Amino acid sequence: MLYTNLHHVMTASEHQKLINENENVMICCGRMGPMCIPVYGIMEDIESEYTHVKFADMEFDNPEAYVIRDVPEVRGFMGIPFTMYYKGGKLVKATSSIQSVGQVKAILDKEFGVLVK
Amino acid sequence: MTNPTHFDAIVIGGGPAGMTAGIYLSRARLKTLIISDGVLGGQMVLTHEIANYPGVESISGYQLANIMKKQAKSFGCVIRGNTNVENLDISGEVKEITVSDGQVYTADSVILTPGGRSRTLDVPGETQFKGRGISYCATCDGDFFTGKEIVVVGGGNSALEEAVSLTKYASRVTIVHQFDHFQAFEYAVEEAKANPKIHFIMESSIERFIGDEKMESIDIKSLKTGEIHNFKTDGVFIFIGYVPNTEFLNGKLIMNKWNEIIVDVDMATNIPGVYAAGDSIVKRYRQVTTAVGDATVAALAASNYIHQLKTKELHESLTN
Repeated sequence: MLYTNLHHVMTASEHQKLINENENVMICCGRMGPMCIPVYGIMEDIESEYTHVKFADMEFDNPEAYVIRDVPEVRGFMGIPFTMYYKGGKLVKATSSIQSVGQVKAILDKEFGVLVK
Repeated sequence: MTNPTHFDAIVIGGGPAGMTAGIYLSRARLKTLIISDGVLGGQMVLTHEIANYPGVESISGYQLANIMKKQAKSFGCVIRGNTNVENLDISGEVKEITVSDGQVYTADSVILTPGGRSRTLDVPGETQFKGRGISYCATCDGDFFTGKEIVVVGGGNSALEEAVSLTKYASRVTIVHQFDHFQAFEYAVEEAKANPKIHFIMESSIERFIGDEKMESIDIKSLKTGEIHNFKTDGVFIFIGYVPNTEFLNGKLIMNKWNEIIVDVDMATNIPGVYAAGDSIVKRYRQVTTAVGDATVAALAASNYIHQLKTKELHESLTN
């Protein structure tokens, strides 16, 4: 299990349920390593700001994570974490390796829109 | 009423140095803010196991960072993670810091602990192929290159040690290094040279990463002849040292030619009320323990400075 404060996705069916029941979903699929931890940290920090997005993680070595590892959009990815962005149950963006808060926010704002408070 | 955006001390940087400063300052009942541009813990979270932190037998960098964060918060330290410093005016008695969302904070004292980051090559294709063939972490991404031919760039201990560890996965590892000798310790050089999977291209540099969906080859330039040749490879791991995160301080205080902050024995910079600690200062040994040590000194010196400042202000208000 990943030692983060994010919602953990443990199975393929949980993954399906999560993306079906939430309009905007960001899932970071990685390990507890140097490239992954900063991305989990970003997600934890911005979770309260992006209330229209459901944030979660999934362990890369979990066999059930084939739902992320085996999709065509990650072909060519050779660096963890694989970070996936879903809208209305569909994958709209995927990134490989570490990302900065600026890069993550730019994708969230572009794909899911800016929440008007 | 106290000004909510004014602090006794602001710490810029959230690694072990920054969090130590936060712990000491807030425990001294000083109103303290830590601003960190990334996740709390800095480069410490990049370490899988820390086995030489006195008093702790073995712990991951991530866990140690979380404990430090909890400690700082328990003493009342305010922490803003994933927040960049956009502007900094530290020359006057009141220091002013503007962060990425436009918020302006002021403080009597500033402790700079911005740390360092892995150096990048800064050649065409590096950003495009990060995570698509280019990696900076062997333990993270090594298994993507099982049975493949890869390149390791660098000539220090990290480069040679990681090259050896990558032979567990890769069928062939080529080390590309800009000099005709290595900076690494002899044991690391010998171990790499003795490994039949490791090959060397010396006095050469990578000029360009080439590929489509993922990186497929690199252009290597001989620094002796200037000749460039294309080299097919499945992956490139880059270990070429660290640079201090001090660009935002250019022109604000005295640094050396490597952009490391110059401090005295109290960790004071040349600007009154401004201190520095951790990997970004001029020093020889960069460890979690030395960062913690520097930051303890910096926080105590800053506390003393703030105390003197407040005493002076009180004295002035009584005499006026």
